[in-house]
Amino acid sequence: MTLPLADLLAIVPELLVVGAACLILVLDPITPASKKDSLAWAALGTVFLCFLITAGSMGDRVFAFNRLVVLDAYAAFWKLLLYLVSGLTILLSLTHLKEERIDLAEFYGFVLLSLAGMMIMVSGADLLTIYLGIELMSISLYVMAGFKRFEPRSIEASAKYFVLGSFSSGIMLYGISLFYGTTGSTRLEEIAQGVTARGLDDPLVLIALALLVVGFGFKVAAVPFHMWTPDVYQGAPTTVTAFMAVASKAASFATFLRVFLEGFGGVKPNWNGLILAVCLVTIMLGNIVAVVQTNVKRMLAYSSIAHAGYALIGLVVASSAANGDPLVARGVSSVMLYLAVYSFMTLGAFAIVAILRRGGLEGDELDDFAGLARRHKGAAFLMLVFMVSLAGIPPTAGFIGKLYLFMPAIDAGLTWLVVVGLIFAAVSAFYYLRVVMVMYMREPSAAQLQETRLALTPATAVVLACAVAGVVILGLYPGPLVAVTLSSAIPLP
Amino acid sequence: MAVPITYYLILSGLVFVIGLVGVLIRRNIIIILLSIELMLNATNINFVAFSSYLGNLSGQVFVFFALTVAAAEVAVGLAIIIALYRHAVSINVDDFRLLKW
Repeated sequence: MTLPLADLLAIVPELLVVGAACLILVLDPITPASKKDSLAWAALGTVFLCFLITAGSMGDRVFAFNRLVVLDAYAAFWKLLLYLVSGLTILLSLTHLKEERIDLAEFYGFVLLSLAGMMIMVSGADLLTIYLGIELMSISLYVMAGFKRFEPRSIEASAKYFVLGSFSSGIMLYGISLFYGTTGSTRLEEIAQGVTARGLDDPLVLIALALLVVGFGFKVAAVPFHMWTPDVYQGAPTTVTAFMAVASKAASFATFLRVFLEGFGGVKPNWNGLILAVCLVTIMLGNIVAVVQTNVKRMLAYSSIAHAGYALIGLVVASSAANGDPLVARGVSSVMLYLAVYSFMTLGAFAIVAILRRGGLEGDELDDFAGLARRHKGAAFLMLVFMVSLAGIPPTAGFIGKLYLFMPAIDAGLTWLVVVGLIFAAVSAFYYLRVVMVMYMREPSAAQLQETRLALTPATAVVLACAVAGVVILGLYPGPLVAVTLSSAIPLP
Repeated sequence: MAVPITYYLILSGLVFVIGLVGVLIRRNIIIILLSIELMLNATNINFVAFSSYLGNLSGQVFVFFALTVAAAEVAVGLAIIIALYRHAVSINVDDFRLLKW
């Protein structure tokens, strides 16, 4: 048996990423400690190369490997976003891992393996490939969450993530097996035909749909499947948290949308109520519980839950419109835009938490931010920008993201949902601006005034510059990205 | 005479629910891991049963992938549990409460 060259060419970026990951894992033990950074740069170079390849081949819809893999503009958009986030995570880790004394090059191997899983997820056209992608991403992330293996909190986070992650994969897999039984295939196209032929309210399809909603709900951290999120985000090393909060959420949303709209678009009335309920409780609970948090990483975890709720509005819009209605594409594109915006601001906020971390000092409690404006004007100002953007206040990108989510929702007749979203956005402003208040108004303690050093290196400065540039530019000039999301959302029916 | 497909579905449903309840109520992390394995194996029963019922092989192919992934998952999971045991000297999930809101 031979593999056709055309198929292999279609997955060149995935092959490059997996190859580089394996090479880094092999070279790590035989590289002298002084040269370990070169492996990180190799990882970064691979990601950059893949970015160029994917950006250059963005175009028509192509299937590969007997329709297991699909290459379309939708997948390419998400891959470009994932490359960007992974690249910035690698840059941020260069400094942060040294601060944490876990400076092992195998970390970059795991970042690449996890990235490969996400790439397979977003271009999966068959539930088999999608399942394999999800598992590759998750298993790498379990390891990364426990990377500070001398610290009980990190290991505990890793164990919780592992148990709940594999539990949710098991539930999702059972749903997949029921779809195979009812439609005779795991290919999204054939599932779509089979499900449509069976019609609405087929009991087996309903059970399978519910199981898949639970599985994806866990992966995107939607309420009531969010229990793992705060614990894991707080315990994991900060750069891993940033990677999980941004990249794995983006990849899971991309797959969630593709599976549900492409595979189950024919029976929308059977699942859109379920998504609407999940969306509503996620927005409410995420924002309310975030108010009482005193740890910034934990607060950002609840905020990421709330943002997942907002992004689900786009799926609700796409699922309440009839197939072929332009609202479907607008709903999908609003999710894409929102997650791109969310990536920049969340990555930036976590980068600030990461540079505050110095040997011996945690730097992730709210108290650690007291009087930051007097100690480090620049860091405090950047955190202010990210917080304002997360709260969705103009003229930042966070506002644009929410605006483009709410507009199609109003056109779809979901004005009440938009009102709920706005009320809870006001609640969220309270806890985001509390961080700003603590930084600018509260007096730092004497010990904190002594601490003058930030873990700031050229690499982290580049990450912060990218994040703040994304937040400001997308806030003032979102037109091009909106156009890209609209044109890449089209392949979904 | 062949066993009807419903029997397989009832069996796999039972195994799946036993695994699900095990994850939710048991406190020993190894038992939880075994319960997750039960859930995955319930899925495999489903795939093989449907595959022979529908007369198409892709279900059996899926089982091979699912088995491989489950093996990888258990390898990582056991490593994490060993690292956890070194800190907590316990495998009871009630003892892990450093992270609580």
